[in-house]
Amino acid sequence: MTVASLLDYGFKSIVMPDPNRKIDGVYIGDLLSWVMSSAQCDNVWLTIMSNINVIAVASLVDVSCVILTEGVDLDADVLEQADLKGINVLTTDKTSYESAKVLAELGL
Amino acid sequence: MSDELIFRFDVDGDDFTSAGQASVQIKKNLRQLGIPSEIIRRVSIAMYEGEINMVIHAKGGEAIVKVTEDYIEIILEDKGPGIKNVEQAMQEGFSTAPDGIRSLGFGAGMGLPNMKRYTDSMDISTVVGEGTTITMRVNLC
Repeated sequence: MTVASLLDYGFKSIVMPDPNRKIDGVYIGDLLSWVMSSAQCDNVWLTIMSNINVIAVASLVDVSCVILTEGVDLDADVLEQADLKGINVLTTDKTSYESAKVLAELGL
Repeated sequence: MSDELIFRFDVDGDDFTSAGQASVQIKKNLRQLGIPSEIIRRVSIAMYEGEINMVIHAKGGEAIVKVTEDYIEIILEDKGPGIKNVEQAMQEGFSTAPDGIRSLGFGAGMGLPNMKRYTDSMDISTVVGEGTTITMRVNLC
């Protein structure tokens, strides 16, 4: 399953420099050190955090994409950094839990 | 790779938003050197946690990364307040970060434990009132 295919299930793209990136597993978390401790390469990362540090952590952990839940959006400068660093960022009005249920039904 | 390669970065203490630039740059450099991705992940996460600590507590500092045939060494040096109780600082969940930092997603008290978790050795040399030097190694073989 690729990041681009998530668009068919209600997730909206904010920036998608690497749409064909493969997805494997999901991690939910907002405290960045916990994310760095537990999230895995290729995971979908669900969070409500949207500051610039999220892009650095997504890059270091090498997640397949970040999904900002509860309608959170990105500031223009953060969006630009995400694009530069090749980080896919999606958004949804759903909560992290509701989003995770959708992803679980997709077999993730 | 017979020679030792050295990368040096200034960590800007005033700018929280640029914290992590050295780690992201190191990730690129190591990738170019053909270092395995799991090693790169460990080095860059350990270094990022260190960078963030330097910005939160020490108004910045210097990061040096040495790449040898056998290991990657990360040296983080600052002239901050020092660590009063290293044993306590190493405990998961213990944090002296100001509250404002938490709204940025930091201050969970996981920085130093993560640095230890992701490296093969970690040495903390600290003097209260003078500064801290942390030396970490990730073995390549």
